[in-house]
Amino acid sequence: MKLTETLTDLANPTRFLALTARILPWLAGATAILLAIGLYQSAMAPDDYQQGATVKIMFIHVPNAWLSMFVWGVMSVAALGTLVWRHPLADVAAKAAAPIGAAFTFLALVTGSLWGRPMWGTYWEWDARLTSVLILFLMYLGLIALWRAVEDPSRAARAAAVLTLVGAINIPIIKFSVDWWNTLHQPASVLRMGGSTLDKAFLWPLLVMAIAFSLLFITLHLAAMRNEILRRRVRSLQMMQASRVSFISEPGAGSREAGASKEIGAA
Amino acid sequence: MSLGPYASFIVTSYALVAAVVLLLIVWIIADYRRQQGRLREIEASGITRRSGRSAADIR
Repeated sequence: MKLTETLTDLANPTRFLALTARILPWLAGATAILLAIGLYQSAMAPDDYQQGATVKIMFIHVPNAWLSMFVWGVMSVAALGTLVWRHPLADVAAKAAAPIGAAFTFLALVTGSLWGRPMWGTYWEWDARLTSVLILFLMYLGLIALWRAVEDPSRAARAAAVLTLVGAINIPIIKFSVDWWNTLHQPASVLRMGGSTLDKAFLWPLLVMAIAFSLLFITLHLAAMRNEILRRRVRSLQMMQASRVSFISEPGAGSREAGASKEIGAA
Repeated sequence: MSLGPYASFIVTSYALVAAVVLLLIVWIIADYRRQQGRLREIEASGITRRSGRSAADIR
């Protein structure tokens, strides 16, 4: 009941903007502190007995890889919010998350390549894990292109939500690809049945970095959502401006002005 | 702290992550300022929200 009330409250873009204005500085501060601690711990972590110092790439590769899937998960929940609950901020949340998710996926791919060259002897291999993550990256780019191609945000929202939910099939494929197929990529070593196989000297810096990157995502996502709400306010005010001009020159065009003011953030 | 024979791979990875994260932060801040500027511009031309509140006011 409390959650429903909170979600209803946040459905109001003005209340959402007021909330983000209050919490963003705190989130940014917490992110910076955790990143500093995580980076210090990563620098101080011992070398691996097989990989040597290249194990340090894990502390940035794994958080980015986790977030590449987590962000798509957030977008999938937002897609349900758009299609099922018609939550006014659901599409805003999905659209704002896409470029951030694409950036994390890009970083997971590139840091993975840079880790793979000294350890596997190759930058790239068309194995199940690497290929499915590349597909995820391409899907992020496709969604961003879709939002840019359709001018009306409500029409773009429904198409993007359907595409996001279809693309969500790829998330379990990425996660279990190392179990289902014989891949060059190592199997899960942190989130697995029977507990982590990582030594605590590597596990703690990795967890701190993962929390820091997750906080970074939340901070950037809220800020990007705020921008998207403001962008839609600009659009609705521009439509009001345009319809006023046409109202003066053409009587009976007032209904268009009413339509413009119904857009998100216009109230 | 010695990074061994593969130091260039490690340093490039961290530098790239730092660059992309910084780029994201700068892009989001610049976008915020751009939208605020556009809202003020439109409001200055006499178009206001039904509530009468400034669209650029987020508090």
